[in-house]
Amino acid sequence: MSAQMPALRSEENPPLYRDVRFLRWAGQIAVLVVVIGAVYWLYGNVVTNLRSSGLPTGFDFLDRRFGAAIPGIEDSANFSVTRAFGAGYLNTVRVILVGIPACTILGIFIGIARLSQNAAVRTFGMLYVELFRNIPVLLWIFIGYFVLGLGNLPGIVDEVTPLNAFVVSNRGIGIPWFNPSSSVGTFVAFVGLAMVVAVLVSAYRGRVNAKTGEPARGGLYATIAFLAVLVIGHFAAGNALSLDAPVIQGRLIAGGLTMDIPYAFLTAALVLYTASHVAEIVRGAIQSIHKGQGEAANAIALSTFQRYRFVILPQAFRVMIPPLANQYLNITKNSSLAVAVSYVEITAIFGRIVNNATPAVQGLVVLMALYLSFSLSISAVANFINRRLALETR
Amino acid sequence: MTQTTEPVSRPTGPEDQPVAPDAPSLDIHSARDLLRGNLFKDPKNSILTLVFGTILVYAVYKTFGFVFLNEKVAQDGTVRSGWEVVRQPLVTYMVGTRFSATGIPFSYLWAGIYAVSLALGLTAGAGARKVRDAPAVPLRTTLGILLPPVLGAAAILSMTQTITPTLLTIAIAVPFVIGRELATRLPMGVVQRTALISGALVLLSFLLITGFEPSNVNQFGGLLLTVTVAFTAIVLCFPIGVVLALTRRSNFPLLRPIAVIYIELIRGVPLITLLFMGEFAIRFFFPPGAAVPGSIPRAIIMCTLFSAAYVAEIVRGGLQSVPTGQVEAGQAVGLSPLTITRKIVLPQALRTSIPALVGQSISLLKDTTLLVIIGLFDVLGVTRAILANTAFVNQNFTPETYAFVGFLFWIICFSMSRASQRLETRLGVGTR
Repeated sequence: MSAQMPALRSEENPPLYRDVRFLRWAGQIAVLVVVIGAVYWLYGNVVTNLRSSGLPTGFDFLDRRFGAAIPGIEDSANFSVTRAFGAGYLNTVRVILVGIPACTILGIFIGIARLSQNAAVRTFGMLYVELFRNIPVLLWIFIGYFVLGLGNLPGIVDEVTPLNAFVVSNRGIGIPWFNPSSSVGTFVAFVGLAMVVAVLVSAYRGRVNAKTGEPARGGLYATIAFLAVLVIGHFAAGNALSLDAPVIQGRLIAGGLTMDIPYAFLTAALVLYTASHVAEIVRGAIQSIHKGQGEAANAIALSTFQRYRFVILPQAFRVMIPPLANQYLNITKNSSLAVAVSYVEITAIFGRIVNNATPAVQGLVVLMALYLSFSLSISAVANFINRRLALETR
Repeated sequence: MTQTTEPVSRPTGPEDQPVAPDAPSLDIHSARDLLRGNLFKDPKNSILTLVFGTILVYAVYKTFGFVFLNEKVAQDGTVRSGWEVVRQPLVTYMVGTRFSATGIPFSYLWAGIYAVSLALGLTAGAGARKVRDAPAVPLRTTLGILLPPVLGAAAILSMTQTITPTLLTIAIAVPFVIGRELATRLPMGVVQRTALISGALVLLSFLLITGFEPSNVNQFGGLLLTVTVAFTAIVLCFPIGVVLALTRRSNFPLLRPIAVIYIELIRGVPLITLLFMGEFAIRFFFPPGAAVPGSIPRAIIMCTLFSAAYVAEIVRGGLQSVPTGQVEAGQAVGLSPLTITRKIVLPQALRTSIPALVGQSISLLKDTTLLVIIGLFDVLGVTRAILANTAFVNQNFTPETYAFVGFLFWIICFSMSRASQRLETRLGVGTR
């Protein structure tokens, strides 16, 4: 179907009905007409059906009052639907921003554990992967939320505060967080400054290395410089880095950072489940690196850490990126399962408006567009990194 | 613990260094070797062993207690096993709450299973006959594939009240063996049409379990619903996926964008939005006054459309792995493009894709749990009905219920992925 037959040099053209060039285009146009006709017909049906059931056919519903509560946000019932979707979007982002780094780190550790020489570590890795990836993620969310979350967590009146730094209750899980009273703006500026200083120091050490040949240790020096500037920022911005422990005040958790139960268990379940897939990707990528690379690292007496850090992982990383990006897309899409545990992100927002005589078709269009925005941006970033890595090496 | 502690500074030869990127290749001859060789080789390993060994032992201890010493005390003081929540409503887990309303006898369901078993037997026998130089299957591999599903089935059957289900389950092997033997004895002309015969058997199986009235599917629930939705969607999405993949790989400038847009659009959104679409929006797409199918057929349609995009990408990968020389060879002998695709490219591409297709089937099976969100009573959904039952409500039977459902999924998915790994070696994917 792909390549054409070699053209026969005959005196006259073949008749139209046997001319490949004509048939190709005629066939394509015929199929295209059918597809466009079908889409047009479906669109016509939607418009007719919406009109006959008295539903609007446009996107005016986005300006209407949302009329439902979003936990943790005051006055959300008076939001417009657009603003509610915005709040839901932020909630989805909260899951992704924590979920993607966490599942990557955990997945890398489990993946390496599966390759360990130590039988106990290896067995642990294997059990983890086989347990988590063969059971649906929704079931893990249910187990987390309904069994561990609602079933076993102490009530807030029980005042379970381990180390006096955490609050564990069925109203939410409080962890120590940065002092909210400090001037955040000043501190963020110092963080930016610290990054710049770290980059400069690292570049300077690289120059020293090139000139004198002494080890650059760019990472070490940069980290020290970064921390030094950060500490200055800490004092300049009014103890910005000091942690504020959560305390129980009546029936609420004050101070620190409070995660509500659905969020905590949804994110935990997504991370644990996705990490099992990431672990398999990491393992496959490491195993795909030629054995000679590890042996060469051994031959120049690198430690286990150095072997992974400088020889194996950089190469494995290149193999990992496309499937890893796929897992990031999956965790993003799976965040929609929050709808099962009443964590209000975009899918749950849709679930709430669709009951309010809002046209489901248009609502779904908005919902899908929002998810596509996530998917396309993650794909774009992954493609960019993939290209960069491929270019630098070949 | 650290009997073999050695000075860390001892110069280590290369043979002492673990070769990380390789699979663990220690040749373990005895428990003594195991202990000295890797568990307690040096202080670092000893600590690792202690930490992870403790985790493992604790997990095994907890699991043992949960499975075998699980007793619940009711408010009136009666003690009963926590697994009563599985034993009593076992049939509900399997077929849901409304299945009896259809009046389909259970014998039809078993007949449906046997038909599928016969189809599998025929396919396996025909496959063995076509691949003449296939190496003999070692007993260990066969056991490795058979053991998980057999043990899983045994665990589930231990919950039954009578012996009948056990006997009927064991009998599943009979049609399989018959089918395999038939495939080795029938004339080659028939064997070459195994796919057709198996397809007919699967269709017969579907008709049997729906009692020859497909609309009965609306009364399905439990594992029956989960498997029906996943299986039907996989079967239906396959041709769509192949057509999409071929279109995406083709040089039809007018049609390729359609395939690309469809695939990327579907892969960019979560399944739950598509299921919502089936639940809330699909009725608007039907012409006014047309009969809209029930919730479950709509869910099957959406799962099919969803899965087709993923299958298309898998098949596209398979198509890309077929060397261009194959197409050129076909052109050299004067085959038409259609024949080249059908007889040369697709068979090779599909063979390469089989493991990934099995993976997609597993993933779709797991995804069918989302049906609970649109209010259907799949195997996860029936737990709500069971836990709301007066016999179990508010007595903290949730862990056992979810553990059982998780066990069901685990056994099915684990067995399938093991079998697919085996298939992968058998087909020699990635070794040619």
